[in-house]
Amino acid sequence: MANFKTEVVETDLLIVGGGMAACGAAVEAAHWAKPKGLKVTLVDKAAVDRSGAVAMGLSAINQYVGLKDGKNTVEDYVKYVRSDLMGITREDLVYDIARHVDSSVHLFEKWGLPIWKDEGGNYVHEGRWQLMINGESYKVIVAEAAKNALGAENIYERIFIVGPIMDGDVCVGAVGFSVREEKLYVFKAKAVLVAMGGAVHVFKPRSSGEGLGRAWYPPWNSGSSAYFTLKAGAEMTCQEVRFIPVRFKDAYGPVGAWFLLFKSRATNGLGGNYMVERSDELQKWVPYGKVKPVPANLRNWLMMMDVMDGKGPIYMRTEEAITKIASESGDEKAAKKKLKELEAEAWEDFLDMTVSQAILWAGTNTAPEEKPSEIAAAEPYFIGSHSGASGAWVSGPKDIAPQDYFWGYPNMSTVNGIFCAGDASGASSHKFSSGSFTEGRIAAKSAIDYIVDHPASKNIDQAQIDALKAEILKPLDAYSQFGKTSTDPNVNPNYIKPKMFMFRLQKIMDEYAGGVSSQFKTNKALLEKGLELLQYLKEDSEKLAAEDLHELMRCWENIHRMWQAEAHVRAILFRQETRWPGYYFRSDTPSMDERDWKVFVNMKWIPKDNKWEVFSKPVISIVD
Amino acid sequence: MPSYVNPDKCDGCKALDKTACQHICPNDLMALNRDLMKAYNREPEMCWECYNCVKICPTQAIEVRGYADFVPLGATVTPMRSTDSIMWTIKFRNGTLKRFKFPIRTTEEGKVVPDGGWKTNNADLKSPVLFTEPESLGLPEVVTLRH
Repeated sequence: MANFKTEVVETDLLIVGGGMAACGAAVEAAHWAKPKGLKVTLVDKAAVDRSGAVAMGLSAINQYVGLKDGKNTVEDYVKYVRSDLMGITREDLVYDIARHVDSSVHLFEKWGLPIWKDEGGNYVHEGRWQLMINGESYKVIVAEAAKNALGAENIYERIFIVGPIMDGDVCVGAVGFSVREEKLYVFKAKAVLVAMGGAVHVFKPRSSGEGLGRAWYPPWNSGSSAYFTLKAGAEMTCQEVRFIPVRFKDAYGPVGAWFLLFKSRATNGLGGNYMVERSDELQKWVPYGKVKPVPANLRNWLMMMDVMDGKGPIYMRTEEAITKIASESGDEKAAKKKLKELEAEAWEDFLDMTVSQAILWAGTNTAPEEKPSEIAAAEPYFIGSHSGASGAWVSGPKDIAPQDYFWGYPNMSTVNGIFCAGDASGASSHKFSSGSFTEGRIAAKSAIDYIVDHPASKNIDQAQIDALKAEILKPLDAYSQFGKTSTDPNVNPNYIKPKMFMFRLQKIMDEYAGGVSSQFKTNKALLEKGLELLQYLKEDSEKLAAEDLHELMRCWENIHRMWQAEAHVRAILFRQETRWPGYYFRSDTPSMDERDWKVFVNMKWIPKDNKWEVFSKPVISIVD
Repeated sequence: MPSYVNPDKCDGCKALDKTACQHICPNDLMALNRDLMKAYNREPEMCWECYNCVKICPTQAIEVRGYADFVPLGATVTPMRSTDSIMWTIKFRNGTLKRFKFPIRTTEEGKVVPDGGWKTNNADLKSPVLFTEPESLGLPEVVTLRH
């Protein structure tokens, strides 16, 4: 077996991940841990300054309720999220995040994040809930707060966490390895806060070459949160509720500013506006089809219908929108000045968060004030923080949650000692960057409370560590054992490299579970066939091989993706209706069924039996 | 490519224990060829073009060539990031040049105070009040649902 040293780190609270939720957790946990003499440790597979989904920056904060201005209420936000997710949401969790999120945004501003202000000193809204920011350094600023709160000595970077360490049904830590030196890391903790993001590259991306990496959500989000919680035996929810963003085609630049701020239309190749021409279709999806704004998945659906009818390309009419705003700003001089301002705003929107889109515009000589740009539906992603909902089933807050949704500690999963935030916690969509950070704070305070109530030091069974070590390093062993039996390190009958393994997973999901090339459609027979192919893949995951530490990380990232994939297929299979037609369409059950299926689809993997259980849980509404 | 390294400019961050680009890449793509002492992107098809390697490189040796499977050649987008702002130069395929400058932060680097100067509390661990609340909310108290 590969000869790795083992380093054991003992702590009280272990935060796994380094993105927005993890940084929120770090800042909050540090405050509550200090008077109790507790230690808080954060471990990230990258560098906290630029890790997670906000690594590049952002051009907007998408969740700000504005409670102090009295314009919106927390209930308003809950209703918005509930409708967007077609009625399936944990209102208690959404409520909890929404009542705290403004506090986090005000912190960001104090820390140095430039938030746009109007002449009266008020925040500039992109939409009702969205604020415009100069967000190139958003993550750097938030990471600085986390680092200053925890102290550099409590932050471990470039350690890839593979999975949980269990003592019976209690989580007692996490195990992983350094991607820089041959070292296994065992983190022993009284509670673990999971915040490792969502999953990308489970489905085949539209691009086939270099552009593979240009997913809308970052390619380093590899399903590690889902794997961690599933493997611990935690109950999961909304595993069917994937997210498909409609964005500028190929480079996936943001469209929010165009639709909300610049009030742009999208039209098809024949000049028609699908939101107008297909408005009757919305009747099929009432009550949600009647709601304004129209739920994201239904807007997707109307556009997809145009594409399926061969009416592409779909254009964002940037030239029309910009000209209209400029011409409404006064005389010719004022219009010219406004045009310049809008041009800078349009470019910044990309440069802050999707530089690739700026390169694509420049490469195609596209000035947005002169010609329109194509938009398209991306491949599916797992992102519980945006308009998807997949994640772990967690306890709500005591003062808000219905009895069935509360089990002692807010944001604790059904496994004692595991807390979840951001993309790791499910059924609480539309938290975005600010809400994920806020949920990290909520979960961290709750985890400190749990640790104070459960102070006993945890036991870690050495035999379990030895077994985990052998399992984790197996791909390196496979390569050293068999690498020399072929002149090509990538083609060998004894093993599979992580890249081909990922392509195989993506092909299965694309063709059987409703990916891009299946027009996001599937049915029971396709899903069952896909599940069969996933089982072969699972068997072959035992034969993954890695030449170095980087490839070892890729092996485990793809095992994590595979588990997310299986959970997804099982959930779509279980739900016998189509509820989010613009996310996926079950051709054998093409309608929404409010009577029988207005429920959560939950599931868990039972560690001792290696079996899955899929079941429904009632949706309990707390807001009228 | 997407990010690529100009060998004339890269010095492998000599004398440092790791290169700046290796340190920052969120996807662990940047590697150092120790024989040549030059950095390279080992998995360009997994690159998100986040530009973090470009922005951090002390010798400005890293650039991005758009994804060749869908971006026509000839365009460049180049940042110059300072402590409080970023300047972007965009060159179109047809030669058109555009330049934009945006602020990136309003405080001095390294000086972030976690509580932001808001009054902190030591409320009950079981209460929903977070450590800077209620002051940081701008409200007298954290709202709750009236059942």
